[in-house]
Amino acid sequence: MSQSSEIPEKAQLVIIGAGPGGYAAAFRAVELGQNVTLIDPEVNPGGVCLHRGCIPSKALLHVAKLVAEAEESKEIGVTFARPKIDLDRVRTWKDEVVGKLTGGLGSKVAKLKITYVRGMATFKDARTLVVTSVSGEIGEMAFEQAILATGSRPIMLPGCGADSSKIIDSTGALEIADVPASLLVVGGGYIGLELGSVYAALGSKVSVVEMTDGLLPGCDRDLVSVLKRRLDKKFESIMLSTRVEEIKEQKNGVMVTMTDSKKETTKKRFDEVLIAIGRKPNTENLGLDKTSVKLDKKGFVEVDGQMRTAESNIFAIGDIAGEPMLAHKAYGEANVAAEAAAGRTAVFDPRAIPAVVFTDPEIAWCGLTETEARERKIKVKTAKLPWRGNGRTLTLGRDDGMTKLIIDPETDRVLGVAVAGPGAGELIAEGVLAMEMAAVSEDLRKSIHPHPTLSETIYDAAEMLFKG
Amino acid sequence: MKHEIKVPEVSEGVTEGTVVDISVAVGDTVEVDQTLLEFETDKAVIAIPSPQEGKIAEIKVAVGDSVPVGAVIMLLEAAASQADEAPVPEPQVEKEEPEEEKPSPPIAAVKKAEPLKEVAQDEPSAAAGQIDLATVRRGERVAPAAPSVRRLARDLGVDIYQVQGTGPGGRISERDVRDFVRVTMQRITGGGSMPAVHGEFPGLHAQRPLPNFSKWGAISREPLSRVRELTADAMGYAWSTIPMVTQYDHAQVTEIEAFRQEYNRRAISENRLTMTAILVKVCAAALKAFPRFNSSLDLASKELVLKQYVHIGVAVDTPAGLLVPVLRDADRKGIETLALELNEIAEKTRERKIGPDVMEGGTFTISNLGGVGGTSFTPIVYAPQVAILGVSTATLQPEWDGEQFVPRLIMPLSLTYDHRVIDGADGARFLRWICEALDNPLQLVMKG
Repeated sequence: MSQSSEIPEKAQLVIIGAGPGGYAAAFRAVELGQNVTLIDPEVNPGGVCLHRGCIPSKALLHVAKLVAEAEESKEIGVTFARPKIDLDRVRTWKDEVVGKLTGGLGSKVAKLKITYVRGMATFKDARTLVVTSVSGEIGEMAFEQAILATGSRPIMLPGCGADSSKIIDSTGALEIADVPASLLVVGGGYIGLELGSVYAALGSKVSVVEMTDGLLPGCDRDLVSVLKRRLDKKFESIMLSTRVEEIKEQKNGVMVTMTDSKKETTKKRFDEVLIAIGRKPNTENLGLDKTSVKLDKKGFVEVDGQMRTAESNIFAIGDIAGEPMLAHKAYGEANVAAEAAAGRTAVFDPRAIPAVVFTDPEIAWCGLTETEARERKIKVKTAKLPWRGNGRTLTLGRDDGMTKLIIDPETDRVLGVAVAGPGAGELIAEGVLAMEMAAVSEDLRKSIHPHPTLSETIYDAAEMLFKG
Repeated sequence: MKHEIKVPEVSEGVTEGTVVDISVAVGDTVEVDQTLLEFETDKAVIAIPSPQEGKIAEIKVAVGDSVPVGAVIMLLEAAASQADEAPVPEPQVEKEEPEEEKPSPPIAAVKKAEPLKEVAQDEPSAAAGQIDLATVRRGERVAPAAPSVRRLARDLGVDIYQVQGTGPGGRISERDVRDFVRVTMQRITGGGSMPAVHGEFPGLHAQRPLPNFSKWGAISREPLSRVRELTADAMGYAWSTIPMVTQYDHAQVTEIEAFRQEYNRRAISENRLTMTAILVKVCAAALKAFPRFNSSLDLASKELVLKQYVHIGVAVDTPAGLLVPVLRDADRKGIETLALELNEIAEKTRERKIGPDVMEGGTFTISNLGGVGGTSFTPIVYAPQVAILGVSTATLQPEWDGEQFVPRLIMPLSLTYDHRVIDGADGARFLRWICEALDNPLQLVMKG
């Protein structure tokens, strides 16, 4: 029991996991006057998002965008030489970006006098944690309230992947150890398509295999088709309704057995295989069985509208608290949990959680989708505006893109907004604001949008709906 | 084929209940209408019958579970198709990966920390725990309001789904939430001017939802008369705000009744002397002797308002309902005058020819049901008065005078009073005073 222990014996509010949920909760709790202890094994806060997710992948996608634009610019009279890619420099630059951001968070944690413990924690009971620091110290910590924010990790296909350099997950892919000549992406979700785009730009021949009949399950088909038209050119092949039967690592690559919708089985060899079939919450090794915290059937922690678990002094936020597993959902939940822990009447009650796929073109949507409206038999009116007529689109040398507004035919209220096209991720924020403020189409039509910008497509779509 | 058995809609307004008994086990063969389980709601215990023949494949609830209407409680394998169906394979559940993180630390080597007191539940989160999380999202409906407005509603304890928005497409503004609170508070406390909300009952409590009565037979509806509406409001207010006590006593009125009969034999009808008129005089004298019975309670200023005047209200049964005209300064008038005034005012009241001012300002009320019948009843204090006298039918009863039974006319009286102002002993003394005054009217002159 040394005096200079890294592990404090007591904590008013302890937050386990310093990803977007954990650090956001910590910052908000400090604002509200709480004494906060934050536990995470990394040197600095950031979680998967900063270390192995959103941020490094966006850095690499920027590289991909530069490569694509350089190639396409000959159409508008500017020709570059074939890009030479210094993979080490790309990797270093990506790591620099991550380093700056996580380092910034680390300084903020210090400035706010948050006790940051590098380590892992497990519950001894509902009021005590056993903390193991990365330096090997073990100590008990009594706490008043706790927020669980331990995040999620990629799901590997059973029986493969361990220690393989040829069968990788998103974490491995973001390390860009090399650029394989051929890469199979298993899973047509946003992670697979984003990382597939990166490797395609870096020079790999990328194939995608997806079990369902379309890319990006859950997203409206008209948006996906805007993306697919371009991906069809960039990718070697996109195999839909196709099951991966077997993945076998060989000396010269990976042999993959697949069965398509016509029940035809084929075997193909790839240099590497990226498994991007989803993520699962990190709820193991936390000692949750020592508490009353309950998990649902999918393994997520059950929480109420205040993010409170069945154990009333323990909250759970972010990926472990359920879908969608997105950093910005975690931010929202973090604020609610921190406020509820401080005794405020906060409730997690968003009208829309935006989803963005950072491919080229980007796809972004929020609120109700047309697919969902059909399934739930909700009457809607939609306006779909192709970007062909938008000035800014053409001046960017593009003509693909679409903006869609979904409204309630009775009240004119905006129920959903969807955008496909370059910069869609930036544009969707207006849709989220419209939904949170309960805007009607007239509100969007009467807000002056800057010209010439892509945001005018939202104005123009609203004009199609509101003629009054 | 497996059929889902769900909690049926048992009765209107019931959304959930508790499983109190499960009558079958997995593997049991059941018949149509055989009771599967018993379900207790706010209103009753209901037996949920099997919709068809079959075998219980799975029971998804346990005794004591709280289950919403519509929830699946059991799976039933239908009898007919049992043989044809291939067994339903269990959905593939992904196996947990072997634990890859660090093994649990050796607890023995761990330094101990004192558990902290349960601050979390006692202090800050106590307030937060009162939020009704059911209001977060209600089915397909989403309250059209900005986050700041929703937060305001939460802070004020307003269910935003009950607020009618006035903005475009029904958007709820901050003002709408504040108006909702203001109107609700006015309705509940009766404070300020009552907004004329059509169809809303102005009583103390908002009405709870009514069942659909026509489900059980034909009904008809008639509008409430204004008198009925006001009576309901006044009685509802009095009943739910005044802690009342009723005391009973018997007045011996043989002689006074004989006098009354004798008097009336000579009187013209306008001058007819009623027992009520006599009681008005007796009560007026009693109120002078017991001034607290002639008061009102002002809780806001923590004072008792003692009235220097005695105005006695008399409940009059009219075709439109109960009305209470008031006889002014009853303490300063003789019984003859009071009788004349009472006869006139009662007649006018029955014909609805009196103005509302005649019914205001009473300090005490008499409700005489003696003409109708009954042995006793509990009148309700007419707020803001603090006491009311109920009078039932006088009957001849044998009374032992020490040597023999003699016939006596006995009139039952009941006195209800506001126990916040009047204590039991005072109530008994007051009522006894009235009984003795009726037994020996000379008392009135002696004391009054």
